[in-house]
Amino acid sequence: MSRFQVVSGKGGTGKTTVAAALALALATEGRRTLLVEVEGRQGIAQLFDSDALPYEERKIAVAPGGGEVYALAIDAERALLDYLQMFYKLGSAGRALKKLGAIDFATTIAPGVRDVLLTGKACEAVRRKDKQGRFVYDHVIMDAPPTGRITRFLNVNDEVAGLARIGPIHNQAQAVMRVLKSPQTAVHLVTLLEEMPVQETADGIAELRAAELPVGSVFVNMVRPHLLDEDALRTAAGGRRKEIAKALTRAGVTGSAALVRPLVEQAAQHAERVGLEREQRAVLAGLGLPTAELPLIGDGVDLAALHDLATELRKQGAGEEGDA
Amino acid sequence: MTADTPVTDPALPAADGGLDTDALLDDPGIRIVVCCGSGGVGKTTTAAALGVRAAERGRKVVVLTIDPARRLAQSMGIDRLDNVPRRVDGIGGEGELHAMMLDMKRTFDETVEAHADAERARAILENPFYQSLSAGFAGTQEYMAMEKLGQLRARDEWDLIIVDTPPSRSALDFLDAPKRLGSFLDGKFIRLLMAPAKVGGRAGMKFLNVGMSMMSGTLGKLLGGQFLRDVQTFVAAMDTMFGGFRSRADATYKLLQAPGTAFLVVATPEQDALREAAYFVERLAAEDMPLAGLVLNRVHGSEASRLSAEQALTAAENLDDTRIVDQRTGKAGLGDQEDPDPAVTASGTTEPPLSPEAGQASGPEPAAEHQDTTENEPPHENIADTATAPEAGIVDANGTVDANDVISIEELTAGLLRLHAERMQVVAREHRTRDRFTALHPEVAVTAVAALPGDVHDLDGLRAIGDRLAGGSAPAPAGAA
Repeated sequence: MSRFQVVSGKGGTGKTTVAAALALALATEGRRTLLVEVEGRQGIAQLFDSDALPYEERKIAVAPGGGEVYALAIDAERALLDYLQMFYKLGSAGRALKKLGAIDFATTIAPGVRDVLLTGKACEAVRRKDKQGRFVYDHVIMDAPPTGRITRFLNVNDEVAGLARIGPIHNQAQAVMRVLKSPQTAVHLVTLLEEMPVQETADGIAELRAAELPVGSVFVNMVRPHLLDEDALRTAAGGRRKEIAKALTRAGVTGSAALVRPLVEQAAQHAERVGLEREQRAVLAGLGLPTAELPLIGDGVDLAALHDLATELRKQGAGEEGDA
Repeated sequence: MTADTPVTDPALPAADGGLDTDALLDDPGIRIVVCCGSGGVGKTTTAAALGVRAAERGRKVVVLTIDPARRLAQSMGIDRLDNVPRRVDGIGGEGELHAMMLDMKRTFDETVEAHADAERARAILENPFYQSLSAGFAGTQEYMAMEKLGQLRARDEWDLIIVDTPPSRSALDFLDAPKRLGSFLDGKFIRLLMAPAKVGGRAGMKFLNVGMSMMSGTLGKLLGGQFLRDVQTFVAAMDTMFGGFRSRADATYKLLQAPGTAFLVVATPEQDALREAAYFVERLAAEDMPLAGLVLNRVHGSEASRLSAEQALTAAENLDDTRIVDQRTGKAGLGDQEDPDPAVTASGTTEPPLSPEAGQASGPEPAAEHQDTTENEPPHENIADTATAPEAGIVDANGTVDANDVISIEELTAGLLRLHAERMQVVAREHRTRDRFTALHPEVAVTAVAALPGDVHDLDGLRAIGDRLAGGSAPAPAGAA
């Protein structure tokens, strides 16, 4: 199973939640995972209800069987200073660079440098070994930028390697690219059963494949329960209003006659949505990738809900590579 | 027709906490509406729907979208949006709708061409550093959106410009990026980078102090000499444009603070989206930018809200458990018997006449129920079979529905009740989330847009959303109270 799992998806599909659940799911049986975020949103801290994450790997959860989840919010500026320190022992000169705006320049404006630093830091964690030569983290899971930007984000190393043709940044970019394009990596996409996110998922997969980046699974998030046999409902409910009213009365509902119309209407809307969802499922099935479904968590995702989602992912064997 | 058929009561005043989108769109003083919010909340659709509505209310409108889904472009009858405003067909009335999609690279290229002589422009456009910068790195898209907005406004061809904002990692990037790019291009560091290139390479270095030369050398090592040279050449070529960049970024920023601009923060009634919305509201206030209100998309309501989730679930259980046994005792006091459906009378809806089939069915039905009662007292296993038999009888008698009735009326009704319970839980959750926002920002006017079951595919879909935008200014969405 891929050691570096990148989770992307259209905005609003719950990327961070899925990434966190995956980190928990992969951390069972005494394994250790690292969950990283790269967009400075502190989404992981909010999800785990902890203080803002510092630029430091820190344990945020335990998984069944003694597993551990660590988290890290990668900060491009700090990562750059780290590199400079590592390669050049800059010391106070690093602070001088910062004062001049050079760090700002390098991390926000210079093409792709920021992205190289972010993916570079994650890849470093993927490759890191302890004194016994074992990997420090069994898996690194990245809460990545959205689908619209993911290919550029991951592929930017190629671009930078071309732009900065020599030097440490060039070497760094090439090393990162080797990890990203290997079977060690899987890029997952999170979607909802709605037209636009599914379309974006299909487009995103095509782009990833064109860039030769290994596509993993599709995670269908916020799937709502099917409460009724929709076909039976659609065809039957309309003509059976009077019976429904009586059944409601029998069930102890007062004023049932007036409730029938809105209830049947809600059911019709539900049936319409289920029909649309079925179409989108078919589109997703056509992508030929492993798919996992996660249920809608009604009342906001808390730690308990994350564990439930992780259990669900384990059951469905999530995290396996697709065409990686 | 769309302009005057709001979904909810049109008489509702937009005063107490409501956002009157029509008043906003009709105001001739408003020249720019900016839709902002976090990803996936329907910003672009909202911008397009506002555009259609404003045009059909007689204004000449251009919608600047940043990254529309293909479907959305098609919904405006345009297969491909590009960097030039295209007129949208099928708009009713005197107004006009034009739509365009920001092409970041082309906008950047055009800006360069407009502000540098031909030779210098070519040098810039061919520079590898420029090519990467303009192809879309952090901030470029936001900056170019602002640049384009400034250009459109300067042309003064439209009554109203509606802008969608880029799908940033955070809603705030849109405000920050232009400033960042502006100050960067004007900054100390860039001057430093330029120095060697301007005076011809290493000769310039001696004028720099030790720290600076070390830094420049470090960057050279880090990024590679070629890269640094590309940057230096680029910066030197752009030199004459710096003043222009900075002043245009400032001008656009001021334009956004002017009274002719209105910001609409777009969100869905979900925690994350509303948290971003709250940040944005605070940020706009800090920047003196005029906030018109909050558009809350995909809000759920129910016309059967009189029946709570708990009551619906209890009733569904009653149908499961005591389905057949004794209907009379199953009525465990779920509501006030005397109550003549206040929700229904209040909302003015009347129950549609029962279908004639159902009327006819009233004959055989009691008999069927009786049959159930006597035949199937306790054992649940048998219910399905025995329930089917009488159902089938009714259906035959009416000739309406066919063999799909493997589902009994009890199952069907219990299903309807569970569905309703789920809906009511969603409604309650959305209310809680919304209340938290309102408690933080009671001053923000809100319009709630009822959720549509499917996606928008055409102008009618956008009109339907426009209707909901205009009609959603009631303190709570229809029936959701």
